[in-house]
Amino acid sequence: MYESVDYYQLTNLLSEEEKLIQNTARQFVEDKFIPIITEYHRVGEFPVEIVKQLGELGFLGSTLPEEYGGAGLNNIAYGLIMQELERGDSGLRSFASVQGGLVIYPIYRFGSEEQKTKWLRSLISGYKIGCFGLTEPDFGSNPAGMKTTARKTSGGYRINGTKMWITNGSLADVAVVWAKLDDTIRGFLVEKGTPGFQVQTIKGKFSLRASDTAELVFDECEIPEENILPDTDGLKSPLKCLTQARYSIAWGTVGAAMACYDTALKYAQSRIQFDRPIAAYQLTQEKLVYMVTEITKAQLLNYHLAKLKDEQKMRSTHVSMAKRNNVEESLKIARMARSILGANGISDEYPVIRHMLNLETVSTYEGTHEIHTLILGEDITGIAAYY
Amino acid sequence: MNIAVCIKQVPDTETKVRVSGDKKWIEEGEINFILNPYDELAVEEGLKIAEAHSGEVTVLSLGPDRITSAIRSALAMGANKAIHIKTDKNPLDPMATAEALAQVLREGNYDLILLGKQAIDDDHQQIGPILSEKLGIPAANVVTKLEVSADKITAERQIEGGFEKIECALPAIVTTQRGLNEPRYASLKGIMAAKKIQIEEKIVTVPDDKIEILEINYPPEKPPGKIVGEGADAVPELIRLLKEEAKVIS
Ligand SMILES: Cc1cc2nc3c(=O)[nH]c(=O)nc-3n(C[C@H](O)[C@H](O)[C@H](O)COP(=O)(O)OP(=O)(O)OC[C@H]3O[C@@H](n4cnc5c(N)ncnc54)[C@H](O)[C@@H]3O)c2cc1C
Repeated sequence: MYESVDYYQLTNLLSEEEKLIQNTARQFVEDKFIPIITEYHRVGEFPVEIVKQLGELGFLGSTLPEEYGGAGLNNIAYGLIMQELERGDSGLRSFASVQGGLVIYPIYRFGSEEQKTKWLRSLISGYKIGCFGLTEPDFGSNPAGMKTTARKTSGGYRINGTKMWITNGSLADVAVVWAKLDDTIRGFLVEKGTPGFQVQTIKGKFSLRASDTAELVFDECEIPEENILPDTDGLKSPLKCLTQARYSIAWGTVGAAMACYDTALKYAQSRIQFDRPIAAYQLTQEKLVYMVTEITKAQLLNYHLAKLKDEQKMRSTHVSMAKRNNVEESLKIARMARSILGANGISDEYPVIRHMLNLETVSTYEGTHEIHTLILGEDITGIAAYY
Repeated sequence: MNIAVCIKQVPDTETKVRVSGDKKWIEEGEINFILNPYDELAVEEGLKIAEAHSGEVTVLSLGPDRITSAIRSALAMGANKAIHIKTDKNPLDPMATAEALAQVLREGNYDLILLGKQAIDDDHQQIGPILSEKLGIPAANVVTKLEVSADKITAERQIEGGFEKIECALPAIVTTQRGLNEPRYASLKGIMAAKKIQIEEKIVTVPDDKIEILEINYPPEKPPGKIVGEGADAVPELIRLLKEEAKVIS
């Protein structure tokens, strides 16, 4: 089996179950996903047939307790799964992050018992797909300004507005949609096919191509009373979901970085220029050393973040630091790997350019790099600098 | 149906194996160990048969403490019980290993005993046949297709240039070969459920090894390649060398 970079022997810190879980995820990605990803990336589609397999193995909503169909995993095991999935492709990990952190989690955290019974098992098993609509055409980094509204009607709610850049949007059986009800942001479940709900796939992406992204349009879209997530209350509710998904990104991007580093190292050792392998030159070594050091630092950050999360000592700002750092460093690593591969670095014969392009999205979604800087800046200075 | 699967923990194929200083063994320190891939086929087959015939699968493994991770892998795939066979010394001779396994297998009244056709580390390919002899039951070796009924099995096995179909009564031994099935992944639920299964420990005295490892060595380094020339002009010379020196074409 593929052996990943583990310079500080962190694998030794894992329990037997955590190792087995990582192995299952790694083997699955190696056997079933890596052989098909290049083709899906070329045509710009998400390999949707893989979803049921993800569900069967337990990769969706795996931290949920068994009574709802989860596997009751701890956060190290959960993080390791995300890392292995993103070694395949950020699109695969994005699917799992959205389904787990942004759909299963809010239903579990803010939903009614009926909503949990109706949705959780089928989402966890991969029989149903969900998406999360927060971003709007005019409100990205500043979701508090959202224009989408919900109006109380006799039988339920009427939703109006547009959500933009929604992962899994065209595939979803259910959308978790955030809208203002009397000026308070609340979450609503909108099922596919509800009259007044339309979905348009976004084309022309140069990043996260093997992931479905769509625009959701709600035009006098009427949903029943029981579809409001009862325990949602203001912007902090979607932000709690984002903390879950950002956690999975902090781990996931290390997987993408590992794939880039492994590829670059092998390439540098075998590519001969001026009669020596390019790995023999100091400039190349500097890049490789940078990569392995940053991967190791990111792994350590993740490992400790997981411990904090399991001990319920993790703050959302801890996640911001890991998301901000790990995405940025993975992106740098991907660019360095690309340069080491020379012309081959721009070809999809190698996974590097795909990861590099994907990571541009990862740096933007779930709070841009800049926004996480401001979140951390506010946390340490006490002064908000967003406006 | 009461099914036993004998499994072995072996170094991962991707691991770079280093010979130990005394040349009698390998450095185990940094090795990643896995469940022997041929035994994985045996576990899968056992689970399939158990599912079809409402049976139970017990995995047995002999070795030091580290092998529990291989046992857990098999439990995570879905095996019901596990026995860790602990010994006073680590046998290197398949004859001694088979004797220890046979002692435990005799107690279990198994209808079917499955194991990989070989372990990918020492490649002896002997345990199955020796067990058959020691337990006095038939063995089908290197099996690529297996049908099981209440009292007999029909097995297809690879032979030189073709297939052989054989039938024998239960209890029987089957050693598994690639192509028999595609082993399932251990699902997260399986892994978490396996955590709760208590691995039974049995202490067994093994007979002395009848073979001795004198030396373990790396394969000789490949001689460097030879460049015959460039372009079409070099082809006749290349063909001559392939024929006369390398003797790979005639
Ligand atoms: C492929 C993809 C999938 C996505 N999936 C989802 C999804 O499933 N659900 C969902 O709700 N959203 C999703 N998004 C949207 C994503 O979360 C937003 O794109 C992101 O929040 C940024 O918003 P924006 O694109 O409107 O950029 P803007 O907010 O317009 O920002 C543009 C630039 O300005 C900077 N900026 C903004 N404000 C400040 C400030 N105060 N100070 C300094 N710099 C600032 C930003 O950092 C950025 O560099 C997805 C995006 C992509 C690309």
